[in-house]
Amino acid sequence: MFAWMNQIAQVSWMNLKNLPQRLGTSLVIVVGIAGVVGVLTAILSMGAGFRATLGKAGYEDRAIVMRNGATSELSSGLSREQADVIRGAPGIRRDAGGNPIVAAELLVIADLPKASSGTLANAAVRGVQPGAFLLRPEVKIAQGRQFSFGTREVIVGKQAATQFGGLGLGARIAFRDSDWTVVGIFEADGSVNESELWADAEVVQNAYRRNGFQSVSVALENASALTTFKDALTADPRLRVKVSTMKQYFASQSEMMSKLINVLGYSVGLIMAVGAVFGALNTMYAAISTRGREIATLRAIGFGAMPVMISVLLEALLLALLGGAIGAALAYVMFNGYTAATLGSNFSQVAFDFRVTTALMGQGLLLALAIGLIGGFLPAWRAARLPIATALRAE
Amino acid sequence: MKYFSLIWASLFRKKARTILTLLSIVVAFMLFGLLQAVNQAFSGGAEAADADRMITNSKYSIIDMLPISYKAQIESVPGVKAVAFASWFGGSYQDKPARFAVFPVVPDEYLTVAPELQMSAETRAAWNATRTGAVVGEALAKQMNWKVGDKVPLQADIWPQKDGSLTWTFDIVGTFHNAKDQANGDSALLFRYDYFDEARQFGKGTIGWFLVKVDDRRHAEGVGKTIDSQFGNSSHATKTQTEQAFAQGFAKQFGDIALIVSAILGAVFFTILVLTGNTMSQALRERIPELGILKTVGFSNQAVWWLVLLESLLLAMLGAALGLLLAMSTVNALKETLSGFGVTRVGWRVVAEGLFIAFLLGVLVGVAPAMKAMRLKIIDALNS
Repeated sequence: MFAWMNQIAQVSWMNLKNLPQRLGTSLVIVVGIAGVVGVLTAILSMGAGFRATLGKAGYEDRAIVMRNGATSELSSGLSREQADVIRGAPGIRRDAGGNPIVAAELLVIADLPKASSGTLANAAVRGVQPGAFLLRPEVKIAQGRQFSFGTREVIVGKQAATQFGGLGLGARIAFRDSDWTVVGIFEADGSVNESELWADAEVVQNAYRRNGFQSVSVALENASALTTFKDALTADPRLRVKVSTMKQYFASQSEMMSKLINVLGYSVGLIMAVGAVFGALNTMYAAISTRGREIATLRAIGFGAMPVMISVLLEALLLALLGGAIGAALAYVMFNGYTAATLGSNFSQVAFDFRVTTALMGQGLLLALAIGLIGGFLPAWRAARLPIATALRAE
Repeated sequence: MKYFSLIWASLFRKKARTILTLLSIVVAFMLFGLLQAVNQAFSGGAEAADADRMITNSKYSIIDMLPISYKAQIESVPGVKAVAFASWFGGSYQDKPARFAVFPVVPDEYLTVAPELQMSAETRAAWNATRTGAVVGEALAKQMNWKVGDKVPLQADIWPQKDGSLTWTFDIVGTFHNAKDQANGDSALLFRYDYFDEARQFGKGTIGWFLVKVDDRRHAEGVGKTIDSQFGNSSHATKTQTEQAFAQGFAKQFGDIALIVSAILGAVFFTILVLTGNTMSQALRERIPELGILKTVGFSNQAVWWLVLLESLLLAMLGAALGLLLAMSTVNALKETLSGFGVTRVGWRVVAEGLFIAFLLGVLVGVAPAMKAMRLKIIDALNS
């Protein structure tokens, strides 16, 4: 057994030492697999980033109430009376003054020019009440100041400020026939709220000629108070509403985009992996054909077929692993933290950062090893069964 | 091509290697074909959009509705041939947000402005006769397994009914075919505006957008300006643009994602080509000594040059053709799943582009070994 291991080690070491002589063909494996792993990781990191951005707003001790049937805030609608009924429901956490932490909100869309292209894109404008800031303590003014209620002042999320042109501090935005002033830039712990513009709900209602709200969000006493709150609302005949935790709501919002990105990523990855297997097979066949004589010599002086086979397989696996590591590293360096924006399910731009997670990179390396294993096995098999006499005579 | 069999034979001198190389090229071009099909889907039917049809919607945003009374005013603008309107219904089907467009329209008006939606005379008559009637695209009907006479319930998300109920039930009266094969053309459900307006809880008399057919596409810009200036001072200002501009603007909103994906894949495509090219040219170089023999038996320098170049071209083009064919049949086979994402086919332009790239690949890979082979002295070749 020990002799056997020793043989494997010796043949493998010899292979590795003369790898540089076969640099050109070996690169085919390395670069090919780097491409597969890099692409798969990069595309899936986009999905992971999108999910994370929406997930960050997904607290379990906050609930959002929308009209029954509504699939997003944009398609929902609640009247002022309904909002008042919801405010009185049990299970809502109270602030220091004993008032329930409730925020009735509007979510509307404004056409604003994108900073990158100058073309008009949908910006989400959230009309908020003072409760919105108690509900979301992570929202902090990073520059400038908070807007004053009752005026046409807006504060702009950090991501919205970079995605759209002309939203800097002090900028005047002309929309809905009047001028709005940007008085502050806010952060929200990297959540989707950073892609929004916030203004006083009453002022937004006026500008959009609306009466009611679209959603009512509340802080729950604790995560288990959801049932109390939900039951009270569903039993109330004045309401026909759907209650979900912020976690459930935002998970459903990212579902479709995640699915699309996953389908795209995995199918492209699969096709490319098949291509990489062909490349690996080609390389390894070429490697054993140039080393035919050497292998035959080894066999002739007493090395077993199995050590030869394993050494070829090890070489393929090592090259594959190297390629996989390069691909994952490239994806990380180029894309981790890269900011992109797309249309979210509220029909407005959502900016998010790519997240090249360790799980994604690990998955990439596993795929690389699988390609190396499949691409190396057949050539290794052939190497082990090379007829010694003919191979020795060959040029 | 009297030398074809010679080229073919030398190509398959090392069978395993050539087949593996060929398969790598096939995979690269299959990826190319699929990627271009997805790209076209992301650019949102901008190609298929009509240049003499315009869309008038609210200047402020897509969620603002317009009063239906604007229709008569738009019709009176010189250069306008016909006007129809539609609204976004949305809704959910079987507990999932509907993946197809659902619009309430006035049948005859809409079909006049959108003649590419073709249906039988019976279907049209049945639709006009049934208040709750709806027509669906052929592809959608097939996908959902809807038959004429079926009752299809959709759950409203934006539009509850007057009594607060969310379920809208439509009677399928027939199917239509989108003759222009626009990306999502066949994936729509159209129902009657009178049913919609009468039953909805709020927003009566308002619609989402007008479709305006102009008499001549050269007048489109002027007509658009006239329409918008008519409503400029009202409380519902409008924005009129060609359908093409509208589709492009919408596609740009998804912008970054499509751009990033195609950039990544483009980079990979070219990496595969470089690697495969490397393998191919190595195979050719190994065979140069053999070419000395061909020269010995009387092949001219010119002929040898062609032999090597054509071999490289043949491999590249064959691989590309197979790969593109595979991409086409994949899209065709997965049509029903993919059409939800707007991917319907691999266009001929994509095929032409792919073959052109393959041609370049073949030339680039083949030229250096071909030159070497041409300049080769017989004596050196036979010595080595």
